[in-house]
Amino acid sequence: MALRPRARGRATGQDDEGGMTRRQAGRLLLIVAAVAVYPVIDARFGFGFIGDLLGIFVFVILAMGLNIVVGYAGLLDLGYAAFFAIGAYTIGLLTSPFSVFVQKDYVPEWLQHFWPAMAVSWAVAALFGVLLGAPTLRLRGDYLAIVTLGFGEIVPNFFINADGITEGTKGLNLIAKPPTIPLPWGEDLTFGGADQRNWYWLMLVVGLFTLFLIRRLHGSRLGRSWQAIREDEIAAASMGINLVRTKLWAFGLGASFSGFAGSIYSAAFQYVHPDQFKFSVSITVLAMVILGGLGNIYGVIVGAVLIGGFDRILTKELTGPVQWIGRQIGSPWLSEHSVADDTFVVFGAALVLTMLLRPGGLIPNARRRAEMKPEDDDIRVAEDQTLFDVRRDGEPALGEQA
Amino acid sequence: MDFNVTLFVQYLIIGIASGGLIALIALGYTLVYGIVELINFAHGEVFMMGAFLAVTLVAATGVTDASPWTAIVAAALLGFVGATLFGAVLNWGVDRVAYRRLRNAPRLAPLIAAIGVSFILQGIGIYWKGSQSIAPPRLIANEYRTYNVLTEWFGLDTRIRLRPLDLAVLGLTIPLLIGLTWFVYRTRTGKAMRATAQDRDAAALMGIDINRSISIAFLLGGALAGAAGMIALYYNNSANFQMGFRYGLFAFTAAVLGGIGNLAGAVIGGLSIGIVWQLSDGFIKQYVSGWGAQWTPSMIFGVLVIVMIFKPSGLLGEHSVDKV
Repeated sequence: MALRPRARGRATGQDDEGGMTRRQAGRLLLIVAAVAVYPVIDARFGFGFIGDLLGIFVFVILAMGLNIVVGYAGLLDLGYAAFFAIGAYTIGLLTSPFSVFVQKDYVPEWLQHFWPAMAVSWAVAALFGVLLGAPTLRLRGDYLAIVTLGFGEIVPNFFINADGITEGTKGLNLIAKPPTIPLPWGEDLTFGGADQRNWYWLMLVVGLFTLFLIRRLHGSRLGRSWQAIREDEIAAASMGINLVRTKLWAFGLGASFSGFAGSIYSAAFQYVHPDQFKFSVSITVLAMVILGGLGNIYGVIVGAVLIGGFDRILTKELTGPVQWIGRQIGSPWLSEHSVADDTFVVFGAALVLTMLLRPGGLIPNARRRAEMKPEDDDIRVAEDQTLFDVRRDGEPALGEQA
Repeated sequence: MDFNVTLFVQYLIIGIASGGLIALIALGYTLVYGIVELINFAHGEVFMMGAFLAVTLVAATGVTDASPWTAIVAAALLGFVGATLFGAVLNWGVDRVAYRRLRNAPRLAPLIAAIGVSFILQGIGIYWKGSQSIAPPRLIANEYRTYNVLTEWFGLDTRIRLRPLDLAVLGLTIPLLIGLTWFVYRTRTGKAMRATAQDRDAAALMGIDINRSISIAFLLGGALAGAAGMIALYYNNSANFQMGFRYGLFAFTAAVLGGIGNLAGAVIGGLSIGIVWQLSDGFIKQYVSGWGAQWTPSMIFGVLVIVMIFKPSGLLGEHSVDKV
């Protein structure tokens, strides 16, 4: 077997490894400030994008969570929406007055509120992440992907069919909202249906908190173990990393952020329905992570904003202009075309083109880039074997000289 | 409720018919996986595109169930051959455009590209035929949809219904399966393919054109998927842009169940999955009350997960061990 190559790319300033320079911190602060001020501008000019931006925030949190599993630990998860569903249904079942558990008084009163229920959703999703992750640990890359896809299909299918518990296709609504926060200058921060701006700020805080947590995780002993097993499981194991525990942490923590996102999403939109968690959601989030840059949290955020922005805003805003152009050039197809129909092609193209042209994503993680684009064939063969290969007894690897 | 034998046999037969269809698609997964070790996620969409092309072709002929039977047969044949060729060319084209350049990339790269292609093809499906289900032009009079072969032809007094369509599905599927097996095990090209699957480098050293072998695997798989598309179109009397996803995953499960890379395994897996599917959709449903009735995806994916975890080599697959 060829010697393991070292990734040659040096961690650049854009990478999310290690600390930040003062300039980077300043830039981050500036962006956060701009995002935080946006609702004021939106209200002033009447853009009305706040509701759509809430959806994008949720996508950002989801993408950051999936990045733990796929980007850091290198485990391709095609059923990430399952944990989103589990988080959303946990808060729904704990707090909605239509939930069987609430009606039968199984849920203690103190738990029927937003904050405690959100914490429980977080924990329940993490638990399911570990439970569903455990059986897949022995599988290699592509088989793992398929098993997670299977789980991702089973979970929403369960929520549709278990209508005695989940109200099936009717869904759950009236989910608990955060309590009103009194502000020092006498105003109240309420979370009613009309106060989307407060939800926006809440999600910004939650998103920054998630970013902070994941950044810290990435540099921690656990985060470094994830990267080690991603790059070479066997070498990592022989250096004393416990593969089972490290992978389960990745599944659990990755799922927990999805559950987190699910609980906030369902509370903000006051509705949980099995159709919100279809396979296409898992793939949309995967496209964000891949397009932005596997393993680079800032790249992933950019990917989530781009793809989420297309999904939530451009599909609506572009339809008018596209139809106008269609009428001008006299194309009946274009003049009735809805940009929402383009989502499949756009997300699919994002995946294919990223893989073909820029496998590291828009803002690649330096180490990951070296991995996805090996410098020569020897490295490629070694990568292939050690990362994903399982073969029949005594058979030489593809590309390996027997 | 008592166990209803008639109903059970009824769904068993339907299961075998739809299992034959799944087997056709599963063979495409297995052929491609056997040779390039890629889960061709877009395979189900090739099947869907085959069905769409068949609708277009048959509709273009303007033939209906009132036309003379020669015209009906010609139109059906046109749809069948057209869908088969289209599936073959499409699958080959996908390989050329998206996968070939990733042949030497880490294994997850072509898998992710395949997911992307699958999405793109679904999007093209929406552009082509819209997002609603469409029905094919009617070639067989309505009465044949409920016609019972066992009673009408064999004079059996039974409530087990075997429709001409069920027979037709098997009648088309079995020759295709035999033809493929013959091709892979009896022809020179088939031998080259098997050699490529076994060891790509050694095969290349023996003078086998690797890229040609891989292209033929994609062509054959695509042809079977296209043919299956035409059959499914008339069997279900409908088609939509998402049919490839459902059938594709069921077929992939079948391929894994039988042992991925193994042709006979794909057929056995296909039949088993078809039976599980139809029994779950029609038969078991009768005995479950108080819960929703669409457990089929859970059942099939449950099979997938269990096989993957406990016997990843499948029923007929060769023994594989983790490399140390």
